[in-house]
Amino acid sequence: MHELSVTQSMLDIVLEQAKRAEARRVARINLIIGEMTGVVGDSVSFYLDILSKGTIAEGAAVNIKSIPATAKCRKCGSIFELGEHDWTCPACQGDSFEIVGGPELFVDSIEVE
Amino acid sequence: MEIKVLKDILSANDRIAQRNRQLLDSHKIFAVNIMASPGAGKTSLIMETTKRLEGRVKPGVIEGDIASSIDAEAVGKMGVPVVQINTGGECHLDANMISNALGSLPLPEIQVLFIENVGNLVCPAEFALGEHLKVLIVHTPEGDDKPFKYPLMFHAVDAVIINKIDLLPYVKFNLEAYTKTVKSINSQVAIFPLSCTTGQGLDAWVAWLVEMASSLTR
Ligand SMILES: Nc1nc2c(ncn2[C@@H]2O[C@H](COP(=O)(O)OP(=O)(O)OP(=O)(O)O)[C@@H](O)[C@H]2O)c(=O)[nH]1
Ligand SMILES: [Mg+2]
Ligand SMILES: [Zn+2]
Repeated sequence: MHELSVTQSMLDIVLEQAKRAEARRVARINLIIGEMTGVVGDSVSFYLDILSKGTIAEGAAVNIKSIPATAKCRKCGSIFELGEHDWTCPACQGDSFEIVGGPELFVDSIEVE
Repeated sequence: MEIKVLKDILSANDRIAQRNRQLLDSHKIFAVNIMASPGAGKTSLIMETTKRLEGRVKPGVIEGDIASSIDAEAVGKMGVPVVQINTGGECHLDANMISNALGSLPLPEIQVLFIENVGNLVCPAEFALGEHLKVLIVHTPEGDDKPFKYPLMFHAVDAVIINKIDLLPYVKFNLEAYTKTVKSINSQVAIFPLSCTTGQGLDAWVAWLVEMASSLTR
């Protein structure tokens, strides 16, 4: 829902890194987005097209690595994806978990020329 | 050429949040970020809590709303310092908005600052404001499936308030199962079932809040 502000912050980071590397053009942006953030990849690409106009990131391709909502059982250590109707450890029926995947919102790397 | 970045996209917001936190700490203000879906009872909880703090703790309020100022007017009538933020369509408050709002509040007169976030269960969870406490209000009419739909929010908060328990006889809401689900991904969370209408359960929440706030000034 807040892809516009997320994309703007992302673009700020990308442009700063590209400038530091004295790049002429950003060809690709690699993002890591956890499913728990609700950030929609297509909207990020859409806003980036608009926001990057006139910058060296104009026309850059966006590649998104999606991370599923993942939990680790505190009792047996099993790692599993959080379901949508029931949260129980599939291995031991435990009911206490640590979130180990899902909240990520990162610029992983950029490819520049 | 590939450049490794590995940077949190919201790090700029986090930096401003840290500055807000320093400003709040320097005034010994305890800030509470209140998040919920629309109509869950954010304004009601702020008003009921404020009444019960009277004579003990001096409150202040930041009202975040997409467009209106109805909530700020209601709180202002109680004689509490309040500032309204209209996010202009943004679905959450961010640290910069709070930074501006702090500039127009009488900080030396405030001990506990309630921040009413925009009604939304997704986005506010990701934007740190500089608050000391994150509180989520859920309400019984919205049903008991929300933890499964918005795990990030339930995972990120210090307390979950289950409001409108006066309506439990009429709605599908299993309080016991709900508590267990929330605790499964957030073992530290404090849970307060209450009703802003009848007042049931409010004292326990207020006592906990005062305890948390006094740990800052101690
Ligand atoms: N039955 C019942 N109604 C409540 C309770 N608490 C609040 N309400 C009602 O719920 C409605 C919404 O309450 P608000 O406090 O305005 O909720 P809010 O979360 O601030 O709403 P927005 O700011 O519009 O998102 C109002 O009509 C309240 O009177 C409660 O404990 N029981
Ligand atoms: Mg309100
Ligand atoms: Zn297990």
